[in-house]
Amino acid sequence: MNPIVTAVLILAAIGAVAAILLVLASKFLAVPVDESFTKVRECLPGANCGGCGYPGCDGYAQAIVDGKETEINKCAAGGKTSLEALAKVTGREAVAAEPKIAVVCCLGNNDSTLKKEHYVGQTSCKAAKLLFSGDGACSFGCLGYGDCAVACPEQAINIINGLAHVNDIRCQGCGACARACPQHVIRILPASKKIVVKCKNNEKGVHVTKICKAGCVGCGLCTRKCPEEAITLVNNLATINPEKCTDCGTCKEVCPRKCIL
Amino acid sequence: MTGATKLLLIAFSMIFTENYVLVQFIAICPFLGVSKKLDSSVGMSGAVIFVMTLASAVTWLIYNFIMVPLHIEYLSTIIFILVIAALVQFVEIVLKKFLKSLYNSLGIYLPLITTNCAVLAVTLLNITNTYNFLESVIDGLTAGVGFGLAMILFCGVRKALERAKPPKCFSGLPITLVAAALTSMTFMGFTGIADALFK
Repeated sequence: MNPIVTAVLILAAIGAVAAILLVLASKFLAVPVDESFTKVRECLPGANCGGCGYPGCDGYAQAIVDGKETEINKCAAGGKTSLEALAKVTGREAVAAEPKIAVVCCLGNNDSTLKKEHYVGQTSCKAAKLLFSGDGACSFGCLGYGDCAVACPEQAINIINGLAHVNDIRCQGCGACARACPQHVIRILPASKKIVVKCKNNEKGVHVTKICKAGCVGCGLCTRKCPEEAITLVNNLATINPEKCTDCGTCKEVCPRKCIL
Repeated sequence: MTGATKLLLIAFSMIFTENYVLVQFIAICPFLGVSKKLDSSVGMSGAVIFVMTLASAVTWLIYNFIMVPLHIEYLSTIIFILVIAALVQFVEIVLKKFLKSLYNSLGIYLPLITTNCAVLAVTLLNITNTYNFLESVIDGLTAGVGFGLAMILFCGVRKALERAKPPKCFSGLPITLVAAALTSMTFMGFTGIADALFK
């Protein structure tokens, strides 16, 4: 027989045997896959930001399928699109969660606050914090090495002049930055509440004035001027009660340090 | 050379002196691609060891009992590719059914190495070196172990690289390749040891 024909025939035969074996195997050894998981998973954006509180989108999808999670509006990154898709797949009602946004509660950029040490090392806030609570004179403020910017799945955070800035349009409120920040200076707040005390320093005013031009000194002017009595001083730091706040902006105007924005 | 010594020689040379990745430069793709994290390199190595051992056994049988009698030895490359691809798929189905835990730990790496050149190389070299069945299986097993050793070693090197700050033109893949070359040079130091030890 022609050697080419032999070669082709034998190769085809081996291929056919392998194919038959695989078909039989996939038929008789098939493991049923839960289809609802795939469907639910497809509704989620796959950013794996962890904003829902589960390890990645797979975790959230699994929890919804298993019935452990009753709310389908926890995906901040997917927003409305994900919610509507999930509502269709799971047959639950689409109740939108209030959109949230990350707020950096510090105004201490390189101009307004001092450095207490010259830090040379890995450019990471976590590493910087290990040395005497960071290099900033204020041990509560933003360190500006950008752990939050790295953690952000939407690239919504920029470090400008040693301070993290959140791009409100890009931010989905997933909270990845807040978890990455070793100073806990980033808060995840409802997007509708515009007025925030942008300082975390709870030391006495005398000390704050020495180290930062923009920090809250706990003078209490805002607490007295607030028409709704929504502001209280907690540990020398003005704290706004979001339930009472009406976004009137009085505190913004009276604050002598301009740290309520 | 007695049988046992020859097996030892094969094992030693496959792991150290003839290491597929660091000396023969086979399977560089998974070596660079998967060695970023320790758990993924361990998973990949496990899958490679498993598939190499199985493929060595199966292809030896096919070569000696089908291809040699039919005088189609020249088709070995294409037939081995076919057989290995089918074998990996089959093993994946079987593992999924009966050994769910092993399936989960080998995970995505199993189908990834379907067409891995190291697996093909080990089966072809078994034939070139005229190994018998046992020698082929040991060859496959230890070649996989050598691959695993290279992966895990290099994973450590890359961990150190992450902390280093190379010049911008070197950052990323270039510095990784330089590091791979240096790691490979250390393995070149084993050359000749096997002959002195076992002959």
